[in-house]
Amino acid sequence: MIPNILAGLASLVTFVFVFSLLRRGVLREQYAVLWLIVSATALIFAIVPRALYWVSETVGVATPANLLFFMTVVLLVLVSVQLSYELSRHEARIRRLAEDVALLDQQIRELRSQRDGS
Amino acid sequence: MLVAIPAWNEEGSIADVIAKVREHRPDADILVVNDGSTDETALLATQAGAVVVSLPFNVGVGGAMRTAFLFARREGYQALVQVDADGQHDPADLDRVLGGLDVADVVIGTRFHPDSMYFVGGPRRWAMRLLSFSLSRMNKGAITDPTSGFRSAGPRAIELFAVDYPAEYLGDTVGSLAIAIRRGLVIHETPVTMYFRQTGRPSKNAIWSALYLGRATLALLATGLQGGRKSRGDQS
Repeated sequence: MIPNILAGLASLVTFVFVFSLLRRGVLREQYAVLWLIVSATALIFAIVPRALYWVSETVGVATPANLLFFMTVVLLVLVSVQLSYELSRHEARIRRLAEDVALLDQQIRELRSQRDGS
Repeated sequence: MLVAIPAWNEEGSIADVIAKVREHRPDADILVVNDGSTDETALLATQAGAVVVSLPFNVGVGGAMRTAFLFARREGYQALVQVDADGQHDPADLDRVLGGLDVADVVIGTRFHPDSMYFVGGPRRWAMRLLSFSLSRMNKGAITDPTSGFRSAGPRAIELFAVDYPAEYLGDTVGSLAIAIRRGLVIHETPVTMYFRQTGRPSKNAIWSALYLGRATLALLATGLQGGRKSRGDQS
């Protein structure tokens, strides 16, 4: 019973934490929604362990815990790849902005010196 | 004609390089792309009479060069030559590197030529051989020195590189050539003299060259195998 309570508490804390981040506008909803769904699912399994048993039986996994681990690993890998993708995209955009800032800065300096010179 | 010099903390050599370029090509405009230097590179380059574009932080040679190509496109230059700020390229060769542009889109100054006085030995040599072999096969002519940073670009290359110039390790040299070949640009070579770098001499052990080759292959794969895709980070 104690593991269930711990799992339930953990998922509840996660849910509340993510929700508060979303409410304060710190986390964008495209990321928040994923974690809300994940923690809600974990909460359901913690409150009703039978649900997990039922799902693993339906899918054909002998040990329910293994199903849980498998789903966790798949989820984490997908999230990591997604984050790498986002990071690469943002690095490219930041680089592009840096280049434009540098060019604009040079143009401003040139215009200023033209104005002051004439 | 624009001479573009990407520079990252090169206060010791930048003024000298600018002076030498001016000596050999008094007609050239000189652009120094200051790649987030923390020393006096920008000031010294301005004092030496170059136009200085300063990036807010270090983005690597690829980013610095794309900035140079964007500048060249904005100002309507028909030719751009890249010269290193550390003094390893001899501005006396500028005419050679620029000369080929009437028949080619990109001209590379190569170190590996009977007329050159540059020698690379050990595993690094094999890595470079393999790179040059694969790029030469993609290209219509031989590319013996794909990692050379002494090169010129004509109007078509300026247009392409202003939009797409990779920032990854070796992307600025090997990767950009792969992109150019993919787009059907003509690449030629001309022998030049290069001086050994004063500092930061590359090590020559097996692990290093294996890493070098791996990253070079990745650079080739990453940039060479994707035709007609949109440039990253450029939605304009």
